[in-house]
Amino acid sequence: MPDSPLIAPKTDEVNYKADSADSPHDQHPAYLRHHFNSTDQQADATNFAMWLFLLTEVMFFGGLFTAYLIYRNWYYPAFVAGSHQLNVIWGTTNTVVLILSSFTMAMGVWCAETGRRKGLVLCLSLTFILGLGFLGIKTIEYSEKIEKHHVPGFHYSLSSFTDPASDPEIFKEYHDKPLRADMARHTEVYFSLYFAMTGMHALHMIIGIAILAFMIVRARAGAYTSGHVTFVENFGLYWHFVDIVWIYLFALLYLISRHQ
Amino acid sequence: MSADTIVSLPDQSTARIPKDNFITRENGLLSWLLTGDHKRIAILYLISLSFFFFIGGALAGLIRLELLTPQTDLMATDTYNKVFTMHGVIMIFFFLVPSVPATLGNFLIPMMIGAKDLALPKINLLSWYLYMAGGILAIYTMATGGVDTGWTFTTPLSTHYVNTNVLTTGLAVFVAGFSSIFTGLNFIVTIHKMRAPGMTWFRLPLFVWSHYAASILMVLATPVVAIAIVLVALERTLGIGVFDPTKGGDPLLFQHLFWFYSHPAVYIMILPGMGVISEVISTFSRKRVFGYTAVAFSSVAIAVFGFFVWAHHMFIMGISNYAVLVFSLLTMLVAVPSAIKIFNWTFTLYKGSITFETPMLYAFGFLGLFTIGGMTGVFLGTSGTDIHLTETYFIVAHFHFVMVGGMLMAFLAGLHFWWPKITGRMYPEKISQMAAVITFVGFNLTFFPQFILGTLGMPRRYASYPPEFQVLNVFSTAGATILGVGYLLPVLYLLWSLKYGIIAGNNPWQATGLEWQTQSPPLTENFAVQPVMDHEAYDYAWLERQQEATKEEEVTSAG
Repeated sequence: MPDSPLIAPKTDEVNYKADSADSPHDQHPAYLRHHFNSTDQQADATNFAMWLFLLTEVMFFGGLFTAYLIYRNWYYPAFVAGSHQLNVIWGTTNTVVLILSSFTMAMGVWCAETGRRKGLVLCLSLTFILGLGFLGIKTIEYSEKIEKHHVPGFHYSLSSFTDPASDPEIFKEYHDKPLRADMARHTEVYFSLYFAMTGMHALHMIIGIAILAFMIVRARAGAYTSGHVTFVENFGLYWHFVDIVWIYLFALLYLISRHQ
Repeated sequence: MSADTIVSLPDQSTARIPKDNFITRENGLLSWLLTGDHKRIAILYLISLSFFFFIGGALAGLIRLELLTPQTDLMATDTYNKVFTMHGVIMIFFFLVPSVPATLGNFLIPMMIGAKDLALPKINLLSWYLYMAGGILAIYTMATGGVDTGWTFTTPLSTHYVNTNVLTTGLAVFVAGFSSIFTGLNFIVTIHKMRAPGMTWFRLPLFVWSHYAASILMVLATPVVAIAIVLVALERTLGIGVFDPTKGGDPLLFQHLFWFYSHPAVYIMILPGMGVISEVISTFSRKRVFGYTAVAFSSVAIAVFGFFVWAHHMFIMGISNYAVLVFSLLTMLVAVPSAIKIFNWTFTLYKGSITFETPMLYAFGFLGLFTIGGMTGVFLGTSGTDIHLTETYFIVAHFHFVMVGGMLMAFLAGLHFWWPKITGRMYPEKISQMAAVITFVGFNLTFFPQFILGTLGMPRRYASYPPEFQVLNVFSTAGATILGVGYLLPVLYLLWSLKYGIIAGNNPWQATGLEWQTQSPPLTENFAVQPVMDHEAYDYAWLERQQEATKEEEVTSAG
């Protein structure tokens, strides 16, 4: 029979496979999910998934950046005048706060990888506090806008732009010329984008801070310092992404005419 | 037996449903609602999708009833607006987009690549819950007065002028969008990281390739419509001015953002269907898909081109003539990979051992109807004819040929094809062949007259029309009734088959995919041992050798 030699090795192969699938079963770490063959594959897959998710986030913010790009080109003077209403000091402070929080987050990932439980809790807590600090400063900035009626669709006032002198603090600093009524009207588009973009960013911060709180509790129990670090790593990626978005927002919204 | 004779299907009289399978492993409602098993989640999706399909279908029935007569007699005109809007929203976001990927794709991709599950089972379950949350919101919207902007949420109509439930509908679509993102993300990660040893990219079934392409679209395009909807919601509630012309915003920007998703979305809908057709045509003509590599790459090409044609929805909206020129050209380019697929499927049939089981009948329906749908797309991509035909029934007929004639046929083909794998039982062959023919006849009678109505100038989205259009509209409504029967029949006999169907056995179609080499219904882990792929996809000679070997083994062990 020409076929019989084919069968014999086949059975062997099956047995061999069954053995290799079963033998490492008892040595699995507890965090290995049943459908992965190894912890490497698991870490690899979840890490890749996180990068893909960040790609969707890029596209999400991309819609806003596209809108920004178009309107900034159409209504440049209105965008300049609008950006003069933002507080660069607070903006810079917030940028520093976020970059610091990225540093503490990166240190947190390192602590998790090297099994330093206390260090991880400390780093995550610092990141948590810095994140809250960012939101606090953002609240101060938002309330300034509300006071000056620069919230679009909410008693929006054009007076700072049609008559800059009526706004002495800003006028002292920039000496803006008054905008014509139709261009001044477009500052509302600028502030629409300002609130939409920083609002979406703040929403991402709030989600991040909530996850941080959850992680601090788990980290105290030692969940991430016994080898299973992918969750901390992936959250780190998310946190850095949110920071990078802010750095773009800072440059695009606060620093429009700084080169002039 | 060689590949060019008609294959006899295996004897099913000795087949038994295995005691341990993914359905019997655990019991109770919670074991389903909290499951991580991709097969159970696929079934959850199948049940909920069917529910939304019949709601959307009932709304379509109301539209066709209203259009039976030229006057507005069944419902008020604004009710009619709400009915066609909800028909569109439900059918697109809650049926077509998730239809094949979330059910068949979810069930089959891990099995086809030889994995135990999708890479992220919890995310998979989350995506079903998001889908349900979105769906319930959509139903809530309908119950509390509906929405009448059309499924496109056109600004400034949606932001300033209508006083219907734009916000809840928008939220429903937003949430369902995330469900779709998570499904796509899960598929990409799974296909990259979970393939069995030996399962190289060019050994993947074409079903997996087309899902991969569709997943890229889900992941990259859906977030853009999400942000567009957020901006519409902010504009409607807070009055920000991104799309508001009175503040300097541009409604055209909304169209760009919206169609940047919603054009690729039609490929999200059709690509998985094309994957089903590749499997079905290969299996029932007992031949490897002709030009495997070309078909695989054409899926990716459709996904890539699909990103650069969105503005052909906007030829009459005042975009520049040069933009029209470019987008018109790019639109024609999409026809190339689509044609590659159609030609290759046809060449697969050539000299194949064709049999006419129900999935194959649906696949034939797909080939014809999708070709007509695709070709009429070329009419619409040409700016001159588009300006005449846009916003008429020609458009309606065109996209229903692609979506209903193409996608829904593919969905039914796939559902029948894998039904024995999913449930372990066969559907009744004769009555389902009849249903396939009824669907085909009903479909053509419904939508072909609409091409003529469109060229004659009947506009879409109106409850009344001039009396000279009535004859064709009566045809269309009569066809819709037949189509309705064609869709109800499968529900009845598929449910019947759950209890009374013939027990199928592992591989009733003698198909080559890895999913057929395991028991039906499969184990929770899909395979008893980790499969190793040592042959190309659609290798019928391999299957034959395999079965000869098993037979001999049986003979030896019996002896």
